[in-house]
Amino acid sequence: MSLRSYVIARILLTIPMIMLLLTFVFLVVRVLPGDPASLHFEKQVSPEMLLDFKRRLGLDKPLIVQYFEYLAGLLRGDFGKSMQDFSPVSQQIFSAFPATLELAIFSSIIMVLVGVVLGVQASRSYNSVRDHSIRVFGITSYAIPVFFLGEVLIMIFAIYFHLFPAGDRIYPGMAPTGLTIGGLHWSSGLYVLDSILEGNPTKLGVSLRYLFLPSLTLGTVLCGIFIRLTRGNMLETLQLDFVTAARARGLKERTVVYGYALRNAFLPILTMMGLQFAALLAGAVLTETTFSWPGLGRYLVDRISFRDYTAIQGVVVFFGILVAMVSLAVDIIYAYLDPRIRF
Amino acid sequence: MALLDIESLVVEYHTLRASVKAVDRVSLAMEKGHTLGLVGESGCGKSTLGLSTVRLVPPPGKIASGHIVLGETDIINCSDEEIRKVRGKRVGYIFQDPMTSLNPVKRIGAHFVEMIHTHEPEVSDQDALKRGKDVLERLGILPERIDDFPHQFSGGMRQRVMIGLALALGPDLLIADEPTTSLDVIVEAQIIELLKELKESLKLTLILITHNIGIVAETADRVAVMYAGRLAELGQTDDLFEKPMHPYTQALLKSVPNITKKGQVLSWIPGAPPDLAEPPPGCLYHPRCPHAFDRCKKEEPLLIKHNGSQVACHLYDKR
Amino acid sequence: MSMKKEKPQGRILVQLFPSLANLASRGLAGWAILIGAAIVAVMAVMTVVAPWISPYNPIAINVGPILSPPSAEFPLGTNHLGQDMLSRVYSGGAIMFQVAVLSVIVCLVVGVPIGLFASYLGGYTDKVASLVMDSIYAFPGLVLAIAIAAMLGPGVVNMALSIAVVYVPSYFRIIRSQVLTIKELPYVEAASMMGAKSRTTLFRYILPNVIPSIVAVATINFADAVLTSAGLTFVGLGLPVSTPDWGWDLTYGRRLLPSGAWWVIAFPGLMVVLLALGFTMMGEGLSELFNPRLQK
Repeated sequence: MSLRSYVIARILLTIPMIMLLLTFVFLVVRVLPGDPASLHFEKQVSPEMLLDFKRRLGLDKPLIVQYFEYLAGLLRGDFGKSMQDFSPVSQQIFSAFPATLELAIFSSIIMVLVGVVLGVQASRSYNSVRDHSIRVFGITSYAIPVFFLGEVLIMIFAIYFHLFPAGDRIYPGMAPTGLTIGGLHWSSGLYVLDSILEGNPTKLGVSLRYLFLPSLTLGTVLCGIFIRLTRGNMLETLQLDFVTAARARGLKERTVVYGYALRNAFLPILTMMGLQFAALLAGAVLTETTFSWPGLGRYLVDRISFRDYTAIQGVVVFFGILVAMVSLAVDIIYAYLDPRIRF
Repeated sequence: MALLDIESLVVEYHTLRASVKAVDRVSLAMEKGHTLGLVGESGCGKSTLGLSTVRLVPPPGKIASGHIVLGETDIINCSDEEIRKVRGKRVGYIFQDPMTSLNPVKRIGAHFVEMIHTHEPEVSDQDALKRGKDVLERLGILPERIDDFPHQFSGGMRQRVMIGLALALGPDLLIADEPTTSLDVIVEAQIIELLKELKESLKLTLILITHNIGIVAETADRVAVMYAGRLAELGQTDDLFEKPMHPYTQALLKSVPNITKKGQVLSWIPGAPPDLAEPPPGCLYHPRCPHAFDRCKKEEPLLIKHNGSQVACHLYDKR
Repeated sequence: MSMKKEKPQGRILVQLFPSLANLASRGLAGWAILIGAAIVAVMAVMTVVAPWISPYNPIAINVGPILSPPSAEFPLGTNHLGQDMLSRVYSGGAIMFQVAVLSVIVCLVVGVPIGLFASYLGGYTDKVASLVMDSIYAFPGLVLAIAIAAMLGPGVVNMALSIAVVYVPSYFRIIRSQVLTIKELPYVEAASMMGAKSRTTLFRYILPNVIPSIVAVATINFADAVLTSAGLTFVGLGLPVSTPDWGWDLTYGRRLLPSGAWWVIAFPGLMVVLLALGFTMMGEGLSELFNPRLQK
């Protein structure tokens, strides 16, 4: 199967999946509870107020109409209006998203780095105390609720040792401004990137300090699967003939392990990163809440306490589409790199 | 002065079930320029023995006791760095399956360059490549093919490449572990011829590990027969083939079909090799041996000298 | 304790639960199962006998000084309401256990039949079911659970349902992959050639062989359910305040940390970790036992 036909098939598959997801979310938010509008109000509210409220949000129309308006809106990038102040949810989503993205990126780096390095170490000392401890660490880290770990780290490193800040993303005045060329201005919303673009090392340092604990928390909780994957892969590969043959030629152990064996694990690790993206987002919700990190996750949790169901719907839909896009991208990249699918 | 001296080597595999002696007190000595054929059936420990000489026994295997001395180097106790220098430079190793022994994503030239660089870092890339090309040419492969990938070669050619890599740094000792088992008969014959020729011209010391006694007959000066981790018989090739002493050797030789004799009944050795986790008492071969008597079931036969060879069998132990 | 199912028609030897003595000899995987099961059992027992062994009523306020650190009288300290943390820890697992068990039951009741039928029947049914399941599976679990729980409201059943919806696809996938393999095996073909009805083939032949995988998935499901219910509680979708719950203590305990009261969050947190770990170890051990990865 050629690359092109694979890509096309994959895209064609994504479309029904996204449709299903959108429909599912719609059913959950608009149909399941009966009437999301009245659910929003804690106290009794007069029928006229309720009707007015519904009209402003488009919730008074028949379900079918609502459904199509919902889909049409999404095509335009309209994720609905908040129940709290009728402002467009998309605005909030796009302003909060970069923070979540940055957290996700750095958490992935830690997740893969820690996971792969530990996995390699474990495989090299098969069945030793070190191997078993690493494996135990891998499963234990997943068993720790991410917010618990976050709190523990905050206690130790922020409150006790004062090494890192206990929350938030940056302190006032330090937000990097990004790239400025002449009168043109562009910032990505990713503070690390923006501070590099701005050429401001102080801001870079501050951004990283704030980013460190949340990324460490989320990365640690999810690294277990990478430990297992790398370890398993390495154990298999290190047994293969060409590894023994390489050793027999007198090659340095480090060359053999990293150059020969790890190369094989590379592709599966990449795929796993793609698969873990959804888990990253889920974990981000809790991490952001713990660290008061102003991302989409915290926004979602916020909206829950306000019973802002339309906003919740918007965020959940956004998450769904995001994950679908990312996994599509990962599949395509993987297909490109894996010669079996390509040729 | 022996090039390689193996003394009472014991290699154990530790599994959850039991500890198994893959190599049990084997002693061998190799003189420079000699060829030893190491034969035995699958699982008898011959490959493990070969791998031990360069300390490449895979876990859960471990060298438990004994001595291996290559020239002046104590193979078992030397440092990791020292053994690494031995591998490839002083001992060349040829593996059974050339398809899986070469790195599929590296060109042949890269294999040579990498290896030469590891041992002789001062050599330039071009020189290393040149040496590789020379070696290939010597082995009957077009030197331009140095830029090809392993999968672009046929089985026999790949094995020649392996031999080339093993010889590229001019090792004193060459160990070939089942070099022809994965090849068809015609290619096998070619490779054996090649080995014979190289042996002569390069004055190689060669250990040929195989379960095929046939090829050992024409290439080896001496033959060592292993059974279940122990040495059954060790002697000059001609002596062994004409007058095999150990019942196992005799059975092995008998089981090779002879084209010239018509109407032969194919003979085989009844029974199966022992489960090394629970080995039988006394001589490991006694359950299958037609000449076994009382002593064989109780006492393990030690290797003794008899008629210029060595054999581990109570039949020859007149005590 | 070895259960062998020998049906008169198709004789399938299904060794469902290896005897306890056997487990220890199966190396690391066996130990993992034993230790994990022990942890879970101890915690379950603890939760059940909590009313009898708790020194104080877990929801009674002011039984002790507010926010007092662990002491002889209150080994795990007290929280901001003067409640005894030890008693709260003893009974705090009740909600989680209930939610976990309920969600697993729902998953089994819903996911297993769908998995079996869809993959056995193949064709359109299979394609549609797979599409739906894959869509849910790809989604970030907690987010979906949050959406459902938010709409359904608080309560054990609702939490369990939200979690169940998120995890049904996992069962579906495992069952499907198993069924597809087993379907092709000669003895199954032989059975249908001998005239066995589809239903018979499915239940007598395929199901028993799928059960080990289901058990493995279910145990890991338990672990995830525990963690997800903690997560749901954390974002405010948990239960009314009065019921003692580790998740709730974890959530509320956060606010008490800056004042130095670490014990409110630490002990319940430890309990959650242990419980999740126990289930995970069982699940990992079981998966390794039934599909050994590395044959060394």
